[in-house]
Amino acid sequence: MTPVMVVFGLLGVVVILTALGMLLSRNAIYSALFLVLNFATVAVLYIILGAPFISLVQITVYAGSIMVMFLFVIMLLGAERLPGSDRLRRQRWIAAILGLVFVAQVILFIFFRGQLTAPVGTPPATLGSPQAVGTTLFTTYALPFEVTGAILVVATVGAILLTRGAALPYSPIRKEEK
Amino acid sequence: MTAMDWLVILPVLVLSGWALTVLLVDLWIPAKYKFITPLLTVLGLVVTLGLSLSKFGNPQSAFNGMVVVDGFAIFLDFIFLVSGLGAVALAYRYLRRMGIERCEYYSLLMFSISGMMLMTYANDLIMVFLALELLSIPLYVLAGFVRMEVRSEEAALKYFLLGAFSSGFVLYGIGLIFGATSHTELPAVAAAVGKSSANLPMFIVGAALLLVGFGFKQAAVPFHMWSPDVYQGAPSSVTAFMSIGAKAAGFAALMRVFVAAFPSLSADMSWVLWALSALTMIAGNVIAIAQTNIKRLLAYSSIAQTGYLLMAFVPYGNNQVLGDTVAAMLFYLLAYMLTTLGAWAVIIAVEKNGGEGLELKDYAGLGRRHPLLGAAMTIFMVSLIGVPPTLGFWGKFYLFRTALEGGFVWLALIGLLTSLVSAYYYLRVVVIMYMQAGEPETADDLWLRLVALTCAAAVVLLAFMPGSVLSLAVRAVLQIL
Amino acid sequence: MMMPLAYYVGLSAIMFVLGIIGVLVRRNALVVFMSLELMFNAANLLFVAFSAYFQLLTGQIFVFFVMTVAAAEVAVGLALMVEIFRTKHSIDLDQMSEMKG
Repeated sequence: MTPVMVVFGLLGVVVILTALGMLLSRNAIYSALFLVLNFATVAVLYIILGAPFISLVQITVYAGSIMVMFLFVIMLLGAERLPGSDRLRRQRWIAAILGLVFVAQVILFIFFRGQLTAPVGTPPATLGSPQAVGTTLFTTYALPFEVTGAILVVATVGAILLTRGAALPYSPIRKEEK
Repeated sequence: MTAMDWLVILPVLVLSGWALTVLLVDLWIPAKYKFITPLLTVLGLVVTLGLSLSKFGNPQSAFNGMVVVDGFAIFLDFIFLVSGLGAVALAYRYLRRMGIERCEYYSLLMFSISGMMLMTYANDLIMVFLALELLSIPLYVLAGFVRMEVRSEEAALKYFLLGAFSSGFVLYGIGLIFGATSHTELPAVAAAVGKSSANLPMFIVGAALLLVGFGFKQAAVPFHMWSPDVYQGAPSSVTAFMSIGAKAAGFAALMRVFVAAFPSLSADMSWVLWALSALTMIAGNVIAIAQTNIKRLLAYSSIAQTGYLLMAFVPYGNNQVLGDTVAAMLFYLLAYMLTTLGAWAVIIAVEKNGGEGLELKDYAGLGRRHPLLGAAMTIFMVSLIGVPPTLGFWGKFYLFRTALEGGFVWLALIGLLTSLVSAYYYLRVVVIMYMQAGEPETADDLWLRLVALTCAAAVVLLAFMPGSVLSLAVRAVLQIL
Repeated sequence: MMMPLAYYVGLSAIMFVLGIIGVLVRRNALVVFMSLELMFNAANLLFVAFSAYFQLLTGQIFVFFVMTVAAAEVAVGLALMVEIFRTKHSIDLDQMSEMKG
C-alpha cells in the first residue's frame, strides 16, 4: 500500500460517489454541483498522470465555464425541481441490463486486473507541459485544430440562431410599438 | 505541414470559408434581395464540386497521412454536394412559405457538408471524431430552428441528446482503440493489430463501441429510435438532407474505420454486422407498413435502406469481394440519394403550413391532378422497392450479388423478402395517388418541380446504363489509399 | 508514482457506465445532458491515462479537442433547452408526447 495508492483510492471513491450523487439527486442544482466536484477530482488525477496543462484546462473549461453555464441555465429556467416523483423512464429495463454489465465489469476487473499490471510511471515533466502541448497542436495537429475552430463557429451561430429569434414573438410590447 | 497539405483539402477549405463568407455577406444584403444568399450558396457548392471532381483519379494524402483524398472520398463528396444543392433548391421557397426563412440555414448547411467531406477524407480517429461533430452540430441546429414550433424543437432536442450519446460511444471506443494499439492513425492501428502487439480484448470492445456510435448515425436497428421522430419534427428540407448526408457520412466512417483499419476483426465482426443488417431490414420494412404519415413512412423506409447498405459491409474481411461490395455500396448510395431527394421534393410540394398535407390521404388524386409530380413520385416509390427499370433495382441487384459472392445467401434472401414486403407500403402510396379521389393542392414552386423531375429522369435514364455508373464506382474504389 | 493502468481504466469504465445509466433513466433533460458530460469525461480520463502509459502526447491532445467539442455541444444543447422551456415550460423528457417513440 503505497501513498499513491491511498491517494488514488480516495480520489477514485470521490469520483464514483460524486457521479452517483449527480445521478441520484433530485435537485438539478445538486446534480450540477456534484458534477463540478467530479470534474475537479478528475483534474487532480490528471496531475498525477503528468498532464498539468490538461488538468488546468479541465478546471477552467469544464468545471469552470461549462458547469457554470449549466448552473446558470438551471437557475434561469427554475428547472431545478423535477415535476412529481422522479420515476424511472421507460428505458428502465435497459438500465437494468447495464447495471448487470456494470456488476460484470467490476467482477471482471477484480479477476483480470493482473493483466494490465504494467504501472503507469511518471512521464517526464516535459511530456504534458503547456509548451509541448502547444507545439504539437500547431504542427502535427494543425488541421484538427482548425476543424475545432469551425465547430466553435458553428456552435456560436447555432446558439444565437436558436435563442435570438425566439424573443421576438414572445414580447407583445414590441409588437405594439411597431 | 506545408502549403501543399492545405492544397490537398482545398475543396473543404473553400466550402467552409465560403460558409463564413455567406454568413457575413448576408448581413449586408437588404431584405428585398435575400434570394442572393441561396444563389451564393449554390455558387459555392458548384465551385467545390468542380474542385473536388478535378481531384478524381489522383489520390493524395496530406498532413502526415491524417487525411486522404482518394476516389472513394470524391465519389461520396459528389453525393454530399449534390444533396446539398438539392437541399438549397428544396428550401428556398419552402422556408419562405413556412415563414421560417433564415439565411443561417445556408451557412450551416455548408458547414455540415464540410464536416461530411472531412469525414470521407479522415484517416485518423481524431479526424473521424471531429468531422462527426462538425457535421452533426449544424444538423442539431437545423432540425430545431423552426422556432415556436414545439415539434421541431423536440425533434432537435431528441436528435441532439441521442447524437451526443452516440458521440460518447464513438469517443470511448476511440479511447479503447488508442489504449489497445497506442495509435490513432488508421493504417498504424491496422498494422499494430496485424502484428498482434495490441491488447485484443480491449480493441474488440473499442470497435464494438464505435459500431454502436456509427449505428446511431446511420439509424440502424436497434439504434434507430430517434429517427422517425426527428424526421417528422424537423423541417422537411432539413430531413431530406439529413436522411442522405448524415447516413452516407456514417457509412463513410464505417467503411474507413472497419475496412481500412480492422480487417483482422472481420471474423468476429461479420456476424454482428450480419445481424444488424438483417434486423434493420426486417424492422424498418415491417414497421413502415403501419405508418400513415408520409414523413414517418419515409423515415422507416430510410431505416430499411440502412439495412440494405449494411449488407455491403458483411463480407468486408473477404478481400476477393471487398472491392465489389464497396463499389456496390457507393452505387446504392447514389441511387438512394437521387430517389430520396426527389421523393422529398414531392412531399414538400404537397406539404402545407402548420404540418398539414403530410398524411397519406392528402395524396389522394395527386396522380390525376398533377400528372408530372404523380409520375415522378411513382418512379421514386418503384425505385425504392427495387423494381426495374429504375436505378434502385440495379442498386439492390449489385448489393445482393456481392452478398451472394461473399457466401451470405440467407442475408440476400432476407433482403429479397423484405423488399417484397416493402412493395406493399410503397405501392400503397401509388395506389392512393391514382385510385382515390381527391383534389390535393401543391405549392407553386418551380424549384421543387425541377428537383423532382431531374431526379426522376436521372433515376430512369441512369438505369439504362448501370454498367458505366458502376465502373465509375469501381474506379473510385480502386483508388482507395 | 506507480499505479497499475488497470485501475485508471476501471475507474473510467465505471464513470462511463454511470453516465449511460444516467442518460437512460433520468427524465430531466438537463441532468441527462450532465450524464453525457460524465461519459465524455470518462473517455478523457482513459485518454490521459493511456497517454501517460505510452508516454505519448496524442492522448492529451485528443482530450483538448474533446473539451472544445464539449463546449460547443453545451452551447447548442443549452440553447435548445432554453428554447423548449420557453415554449413548453418543461424539459421533462417524458412529457414530450408530441411524438411517439
